[in-house]
Amino acid sequence: MRGSLYNAIFAAGITLVLACLMLGVRLGAEGTTLAVTGAGADRWGWILAGVGVVFFGQLFANQVDALFGRIPKPNLSALKPQGSSWNTLKPWLLSALVVGLLVWPFMVSRGAVDLATLTLIYIMLGLGLNIVVGLAGLLDLGYVAFYAVGAYTYALLSEYFGFSFWMCLPIAALLAATFGFILGFPVLRLRGDYLAIVTLGFGEMIRILLNNWTSITGGPNGISGIEKPTLFGLEFSRRASEGNQTFHEFFGIDYSSGHKVIFLYLIAVLLVIIVIYLINRLMRMPIGRAWEALREDEIACRSLGLNRTVIKLSAFTLGASTAGFAGCFFAARQGFISPESFIFIESAIILAIVVLGGMGSQIGVILAAIVMTILPELAREFSDYRMLMFGLLMVVMMRWRPEGLVPMKRPHLELK
Amino acid sequence: MTEASLYLLQQIINGLTIGSTYALIAIGYTMVYGIIGMINFAHGEIYMIGSYVSFIVITGLLAMGSFALPLVLFIALLVAMLIASTYGWTVERVAYRPLRGSNRLIALISAIGMSIFLQNYVALAQGSRDVALAPLISGSVLELGSLDTFEVTLSWMQLLIWVVTLVTMTSLTLFISRSRMGRACRACAEDLGMTNLLGIDTNRIISLTFVIGAALAAIAGLLLGLYYGVINPFIGFMAGLKAFTAAVLGGIGSIPGAMLGGLILGVTEALTAAYFPSEYKDVVAFGLLVTILLFRPTGILGKPEVEKV
Repeated sequence: MRGSLYNAIFAAGITLVLACLMLGVRLGAEGTTLAVTGAGADRWGWILAGVGVVFFGQLFANQVDALFGRIPKPNLSALKPQGSSWNTLKPWLLSALVVGLLVWPFMVSRGAVDLATLTLIYIMLGLGLNIVVGLAGLLDLGYVAFYAVGAYTYALLSEYFGFSFWMCLPIAALLAATFGFILGFPVLRLRGDYLAIVTLGFGEMIRILLNNWTSITGGPNGISGIEKPTLFGLEFSRRASEGNQTFHEFFGIDYSSGHKVIFLYLIAVLLVIIVIYLINRLMRMPIGRAWEALREDEIACRSLGLNRTVIKLSAFTLGASTAGFAGCFFAARQGFISPESFIFIESAIILAIVVLGGMGSQIGVILAAIVMTILPELAREFSDYRMLMFGLLMVVMMRWRPEGLVPMKRPHLELK
Repeated sequence: MTEASLYLLQQIINGLTIGSTYALIAIGYTMVYGIIGMINFAHGEIYMIGSYVSFIVITGLLAMGSFALPLVLFIALLVAMLIASTYGWTVERVAYRPLRGSNRLIALISAIGMSIFLQNYVALAQGSRDVALAPLISGSVLELGSLDTFEVTLSWMQLLIWVVTLVTMTSLTLFISRSRMGRACRACAEDLGMTNLLGIDTNRIISLTFVIGAALAAIAGLLLGLYYGVINPFIGFMAGLKAFTAAVLGGIGSIPGAMLGGLILGVTEALTAAYFPSEYKDVVAFGLLVTILLFRPTGILGKPEVEKV
């Protein structure tokens, strides 16, 4: 008891030291000079309350731990029905889900469909990064760079050469993959944490380049007026450009701006389904198994004759091409892109999605992407605290549930 | 001397000034990496906190008046070091220690989370706008060349940065090589498990490296804050990356390497900014990092790492 009392006093003292200058006073400009003002009584009240919480938390640390230990961990995977009934049910459920996804946008407001499209972009990005981080275990902190490559590919090609969205989609994916290959080839020999920093540096480099190459990328002003995708040449605008037809004229219906939003949403659904399908197949292929094996034990893999460069490079390149896909679609949806959309924080958010969902688990990543995009929309008054919460969430998840909310399950046997 | 060489000399002076602060921050990365083999991603944020604390103390003391400037700076330095080390210690205790021994990826993600958290914590507590401090130390020690061609100046501020860095580095080197604690640090870097078996509280030594690293980062925070005069909650990200590059350049895990790496990076950057568009100076730092990792991953003074099964 005496030991924990000392501990508690020490921890409370540390908390006070941490808070006193950073939270207790505020640095601000007063006219032309700088001035320090003390925080109000209510903020000091919060600080003291925090100190109190730390004190009692440490004092009764053992009891608190015991209490938390008694709460059963949520076992989400147990909700899934097991056995043969699941196998017969699965295709039905999946088709119902797809039909639901396709029908749903016609019944709700434009804003909701738009938000859903954004969520789908994050799902795509999350799934792509999941290959790199979750399956292959390579920490990529510059993932947003490939996203930017995809977006700028479409924006530039359509601006200068008049390429259409559908032509640019594979080009963007290919180009992003090429960038991934060029970057990955030299750096994948490095150990994990070096790789993280190099990719981070690469992400920043791409952003700086886009920002400063004003003659081509428009610099910080970005590129605006990017063409929207068309449906077999049918445009979704009020009036058709020369030599084209609009969607509503062709079908003889009234023009509605909602058509475009729903069309974009449907493209996003299509892309996400393609990405999920491809990754699902890849995971069951030898290369997919090799990714995971390499993540678990590199030395063992190499001694079994796996070529680690090829395996890592394939994961890195595939992840990059998914980001290129997503980037191309993002540019088409926004109609405007600038380097502001491709900052490090974006990479961190995508990483947070993968980490929260459970590294390697597709369903987890999808759920996490939905939560991470919809929650900030619902809690707009707390938007200042959004990044703070992201950071905290990453630390807390790593400490208590590093495997994520919905951990990946592999067929395996356990010795009892 | 010709004008061109005077210009070059000026850039080298500027580069050494910035480089010595990079070196101070880089030591925090290199010491932590040397002992527990992880990248303390939140280290740049500690530097930023050091900057903020020193600005707060300086402004507060100057507002009270009746203190001489050197005393104000000294007190600010001590307080910044104290508070930044407390942050460093707490970060290790809360975010890294519970994860020690688990996958490297997990510890690194936790560190990134901590970095984002600290950045936004300061932005919320102190406002996310730039904070500018009027220059406190002006004038120059030495002027070379004539005004009508090009004048090389070494300002008092630059001299202060050099002297403080030199004193800090010397005392750190003495501490590591002579004191008992320093010996324990070196032993931990050699073999953590064995050191533990020999009866040294390795947890305490690891905490100590975080505290030392944070204190040095706070010194850099004060110096660079005074030098540039402007800080904001997001300066830690770039500074941290640069310092990490410096640590890798010199050979991560090696303290003299970090010092050397910082100086080389600072001079390279200053020269790039002088002869190319200055926006590209950050690109150069990363380009340098990638090049070193490709051709000499151990850095200039680093030891090759042997992977054991």
